[in-house]
Amino acid sequence: MSLLVKNIIRFILFILMQVYVLSQIPPLHQFITPYLYFLFILWLPFTISRFGLLLVSFLLGITLDYFLSTPGLHAAPCVLIAYLRPFLINILISQEGAELNYAEPSIKSMGFAPYSLYVLVFTFIHHFYLVLIEWLQFGNFLYFLGKVTATTGVSLLLIFVTEMLFFRKQKFRTNTA
Amino acid sequence: MKNIFVFIRRYFNFLFFVVLQILSIVLLVQYNQTHQAAYAGIANEITGSINEQYNKIQNYFHLKENNRLLLEENTRLKNLLKINFEDPDSARLVVIDSLIRDTLGHQRKYMWLPAKVINNTVAEQMNYVTLHRGANQGVKKDMAVVSTKGIVGTVIDVSENYSRVMSLLHRNSKVSSMLKNSKMIGSVEWDGKDPHYITLRNIPKSTPVAKGDSVVTSSYSANFPSDLLIGTVDEIAKDPISNFFIIRLKTATNFYSLEYVNLVENVQWDEQRRLEAAPIKNQ
Repeated sequence: MSLLVKNIIRFILFILMQVYVLSQIPPLHQFITPYLYFLFILWLPFTISRFGLLLVSFLLGITLDYFLSTPGLHAAPCVLIAYLRPFLINILISQEGAELNYAEPSIKSMGFAPYSLYVLVFTFIHHFYLVLIEWLQFGNFLYFLGKVTATTGVSLLLIFVTEMLFFRKQKFRTNTA
Repeated sequence: MKNIFVFIRRYFNFLFFVVLQILSIVLLVQYNQTHQAAYAGIANEITGSINEQYNKIQNYFHLKENNRLLLEENTRLKNLLKINFEDPDSARLVVIDSLIRDTLGHQRKYMWLPAKVINNTVAEQMNYVTLHRGANQGVKKDMAVVSTKGIVGTVIDVSENYSRVMSLLHRNSKVSSMLKNSKMIGSVEWDGKDPHYITLRNIPKSTPVAKGDSVVTSSYSANFPSDLLIGTVDEIAKDPISNFFIIRLKTATNFYSLEYVNLVENVQWDEQRRLEAAPIKNQ
């Protein structure tokens, strides 16, 4: 399956999962909203251009927004993490030329610790910005702190489960460079 | 001039990022002010048709509960039927020739339409309900939405075949309401915490209130007919900084299991709004 087809299917599945499963779950608490859809951005291939990355992330965010009728609320954090992604990947990749040998960021291509850090940082940035926008519309500071922490925790748990359930086989491509 | 192009090419990604950010924030701010999203019509049609497919499956799981609700409502309506009351025979034949005006000379004020719920959220801070009935089927903006048990919300967006309802569980929703016993007028809001509970404000501390009292829509709310159940009093707290109670209500509607609702149109509202918008002459 080509990368393009694979990512189109992923896009649709992530949106459907977020709209019809995660957003339908009765809230356990005011602070807890499970988010998983932004994992799509973290899983995009290394080779995507920065322009493409920004555009695809904006599309992902705005599609979700039109389903949840909050235009712009999810698009803004998506664009932010898409913009920061190349910088963090450059810092975190320790193996020489890992981005040439593997297709996309994963535990196997980046190593467990760098990949965990990569997921943690972007989950946090995404929720921080998302809840910040929400907070500016209404709510108090406690709401902001509590929701960022709780939502980040739940999201990390979900991402962990997703990584375990859908183990992505990564081929080591030798004849690159 | 050349330098400008060089600058744009060099920082193209950053500029594109800034443009997308501004676009998102503008969309959001504009939407929060007007409750009308850009391209909402097209987006509504697309998301609506996907929601409908999903709903076809989801409906099966609620059939039993639906039957029970319909049965309850049927029983209630049957109790109101004319057969249950005996009228003295009248010598004259009454012919109804108009829907606007009934035989007693009453003007019609509210028009009810049925609608099916095809999407509904409770988990967000701003919750919306999508109905499969739109402008082509007579839905207009600001119509009230009522379930079999109590009120649900207000229509904010209408496309051709779908409409979007701002649920009572929305940070910006506000419904004029009153205590059924004392007729004191207050307003009902949602604090975003628990979908089972809403808050009633602006009831003076001198008012007698007891746990379990009914709260209904007031006669001041233009889109809701008066005396529709909103909820029952669950907890009464005194606001230390003002002269009002903060009353926690248990919602009459169960927002987790909305299936069919009614849309209510106030057909005289246009006239009322025209009068209220006219400049005051006697001053």
